[in-house]
Amino acid sequence: MTDTRKPVESMLTDYDIFEPSFVANPYPGYSEIRESECPIARTERYEGSWLPTRYEDVVALAQEYEIFTSRGILVMPPPPGQAEGAYGGVAAPPITSDPPDHHWHRRLILPVFAPQAVAKYEQSTRDLCNALIDEFIDKGTADAAADYAQHIPVRVISNMLGVPLDMEETFTGWVRGVLENMHDMELRKRSRLAIIEYFLAQVEDRKTNPRENDLISELMNTEVEGKKVPIEYVLGVCNLMLVAGIDTTWSAIGSVMWHMAQHPEHRKQLRENDDLWPTAIEELLRVYAPVTMARIVDRDIEFQGCPMKAGDRVLMAFPAANRDPRQFENPDEVILDREHNRHVAFGSGIHRCAGSNLARLEVRVALQTWLKRIPEFELVDPATVTWAGGQVHGPRSCMVKF
Amino acid sequence: MKVSVDMGSCHGHQMCAIAAPEVFGSDELGNAKVLIEGDLPTELEGKARRAEANCPERAIIISE
Ligand code: HEM
Ligand code: SF4
Repeated sequence: MTDTRKPVESMLTDYDIFEPSFVANPYPGYSEIRESECPIARTERYEGSWLPTRYEDVVALAQEYEIFTSRGILVMPPPPGQAEGAYGGVAAPPITSDPPDHHWHRRLILPVFAPQAVAKYEQSTRDLCNALIDEFIDKGTADAAADYAQHIPVRVISNMLGVPLDMEETFTGWVRGVLENMHDMELRKRSRLAIIEYFLAQVEDRKTNPRENDLISELMNTEVEGKKVPIEYVLGVCNLMLVAGIDTTWSAIGSVMWHMAQHPEHRKQLRENDDLWPTAIEELLRVYAPVTMARIVDRDIEFQGCPMKAGDRVLMAFPAANRDPRQFENPDEVILDREHNRHVAFGSGIHRCAGSNLARLEVRVALQTWLKRIPEFELVDPATVTWAGGQVHGPRSCMVKF
Repeated sequence: MKVSVDMGSCHGHQMCAIAAPEVFGSDELGNAKVLIEGDLPTELEGKARRAEANCPERAIIISE
């Protein structure tokens, strides 16, 4: 495909989050903005947005949820007519909710993701990682992104929701349609509708064939103030599980594999010191934070000297915040036992990732299982690694040999 | 040294429990739960300080 986009004139006034070199490696661009006199950049591309890059600013914005609302959380505007169209009322609670509803939208799902609740997925996640490795271990080469990382979260989520595992490829396609190919408005619309229609059918099926122990059934039976929750909420949470739980985690696992392929000293450290794992996972999440979320400005306001207008989009660049030297010493360096790490890979404030304990478990188990079976491995060719970016950053193909 | 958590600011990052599992755990929502009421044993003070330094919401309060 030839790239027809117009060249970026200046990161400060014309950034393009979908420009291929920025997608592959956004960190130099973030630094350029962060260390300039104008650490909140502006672009008119994609209907315009602001890009704060300093830790302090990103965290401050996240706290001001009344001004910076979650009416729109994608880094590009929605396809025209989506809100009025079929199932216009189905969003992705709680990520797309604002207070006061946000409170119960979040409250209802939190117990499902508490550390003690997600621990029960550890063994099945390990088994599934082992099964994936069985497929390629004898070949001496594998795509750590496409043959490994990509399959893990989607299977874990399918298992939680109680839907058949053979939906894996379809789910992956839908999620990429919504999150990775944002310019293709038709594909986005189609993918979103396909998700909603699929889960509507799942709900209908459970009405005639009740089940136990799956999240869809649990949601259907949940009551708030004596009334069953509305169907839009049930469908919205299912939608959220796909869009928030799959691409994000797969990207994190992929980046971690890419890093480890190039750092034998870190593989060795982890092999030799079991106690290192908890801080190591946080450090890897800090450095390779995959997710950028948007906010919509509620009313005209000046933030850090920037004249923001009602309706403007602000991109919460958590990956940029996580490498701010004002907050982290040697921010571009991976220090597996980093002492002070208030990273915001999972966001900050009321929308902070509800699935983080599950995400951490998946990243840890994926890496542990791989290192146990394939302790030594390296990139086949750094130049052939491909990346997705914009909203969710991570490798999509990453060939390694062992 | 005593620790407490401002539950209004805690949003369940669980970084405290990662840094100091003896001192912080999780309630049923995944938000922080202080496991040791009253004075901490001295050998846990370092870990508790580390937990404080890892909380992204600055929700942990340490009183000497
Ligand atoms: C490494 C993987 C992941 C990363 C980096 C990540 C990151 C994030 C971020 C940055 C937010 C904040 C959104 C905002 O401020 O608007 C968020 C919210 C959320 N994430 Fe994750 N996420 C990950 C995995 C997951 C998983 C596996 C699930 C569940 C299956 C999940 C469920 C959620 C939910 C429910 C919210 C919304 C919380 C709210 O609005 O109250 N995430 N995530
Ligand atoms: S690290 Fe802070 S916000 Fe997170 S659970 Fe602990 S006290 Fe709460």
